[in-house]
Amino acid sequence: MRIAMLGLGSVGKGIARAILEQDLGLSLTAVADSKSGRIEPSGIDIASMLEQKERTGMCGTPGVGAADILASDAYDILIEVSPTNAETGEPALGYIREALSRGMSVVTSNKGPVALDYQSLHLLAKEHGAYLRYEATVCGAIPIMHTIESGLAGNTITKLYGVFNGTCNYILTRMAEEGLTYQQALLEARELGYAEADPTYDVKGIDAAIKLVILANAVWGMEKTLDDVEITGIDGVTTAAIALAEEQDLTIRLIGEIIPAEDVLRVSPRIIPKSHPLVVEETLNAVAIDTEMAGEITLIGKGAGSLETASAVISDLLFIRDCHGRRS
Amino acid sequence: MPFPFPPYNVVKDLSRSRLKYFQDAINVQVSMKLEMKDSPGQLVSVIQPISEIGGNILSVIHERDPAVKSDVLDVQILCEIPEGSLEPLLESFKQRGVSVLRIGEERLLVRRSVILIGHLIHTDISDTIGKIDSTGFAEVHALSMIMPAINEPSSTKMTIKSDSLANINRALDILRDVARQKEFLIIEPLEDV
Repeated sequence: MRIAMLGLGSVGKGIARAILEQDLGLSLTAVADSKSGRIEPSGIDIASMLEQKERTGMCGTPGVGAADILASDAYDILIEVSPTNAETGEPALGYIREALSRGMSVVTSNKGPVALDYQSLHLLAKEHGAYLRYEATVCGAIPIMHTIESGLAGNTITKLYGVFNGTCNYILTRMAEEGLTYQQALLEARELGYAEADPTYDVKGIDAAIKLVILANAVWGMEKTLDDVEITGIDGVTTAAIALAEEQDLTIRLIGEIIPAEDVLRVSPRIIPKSHPLVVEETLNAVAIDTEMAGEITLIGKGAGSLETASAVISDLLFIRDCHGRRS
Repeated sequence: MPFPFPPYNVVKDLSRSRLKYFQDAINVQVSMKLEMKDSPGQLVSVIQPISEIGGNILSVIHERDPAVKSDVLDVQILCEIPEGSLEPLLESFKQRGVSVLRIGEERLLVRRSVILIGHLIHTDISDTIGKIDSTGFAEVHALSMIMPAINEPSSTKMTIKSDSLANINRALDILRDVARQKEFLIIEPLEDV
């Protein structure tokens, strides 16, 4: 199966390495970064392409870009892993639309387009007989979409809640464990590369809220946007508040929750028993799914990282390959 | 590196540990008149079963009428026990030879704790408490406050008490409104379904 990939940052490199190192039956035939691109229908030599990227900052020839790749016949599935824009979704949104309109399936890790325009992308894919998959957009390596779609098929999901942001979880964990102030814990998270220079997106709960929007729209077919989520971040949480909770074997975590029956879509710091399965350490993510038949299922795993995100993307690729032609 | 999530027994056995996650303490206040043999150490057979089910004794009235020459003794007891534990308690009394003469009306007691962060004192804490206490269906039962420094937001654990879950939720709605007006952050417990 021939793969084209747009974006060669940390996630893109992880995917390229996985294709190179594991015998998955996938061939990378086109790739573009922000400055260059290459199209090789017979298959790219990934090792030398990565080496060139490392050395020059470019994966191919300047002037070759996403548009050339999208218009070529060199691929069967597009992997869209360019940087996220939460406000417009562009340019990724345009790339995804273009590929779907050509009947090509798309796998993306890009939260912006999926959160902003899920319904119309979903329809576009259906219209052209293509797949759109986005496992990597929510909870990194945790197979939340596959679990709900396949593993829990036939179940009604009554509630979904969890820890969707590793940065916030790290900060709260450190405040609880070491009695650090919010500012100290944030600084530490930055030094370790867990928080961006501008941490607003994470600590204000926006990142977690975007994931809830994706889940609400994809799992229940709702038509929600970021404005529909009630959001409270962790930037007001004090070490003293956590200490008060800890007196009773409780702690504080940033929890995102969707309860469709009550029209609840909320991200907020919550008091939670330390023994609760959602109380995970450091940058881990955790999500609990309440169902009618299966009861409660809790998934815990890494929510970010190059190889971890690559794992989610690869699973989507293989899902499309293995299901292709099987659907009615 | 420490194991990053709770031990497997916790993760595995969700159904059994359910009760533990429920953060509203739901208790029942119940009064009882009991009869037992009048011999030394018998009061223990009343007190011990209550403590074993996690109950709390509020008062014990233990009267001996010198005019009555009887080998039995009446004890009136008022206690608070976890919801659903009355039946096992009565069974335990029976096994110890304690007869239950009368059981008074049961009163439900629900407590929920929230954490408030902000300038609670400067925004008139007695007004905040009054908003709950004046409802007639809920009251502020306990406050625990940490004030790190002048001009810095304080952190307060507030426990609200009521006679039903519905009324606790009504009280919380009021508190949420107050929090919005007075601009403090309210951290609520994660409820289980």
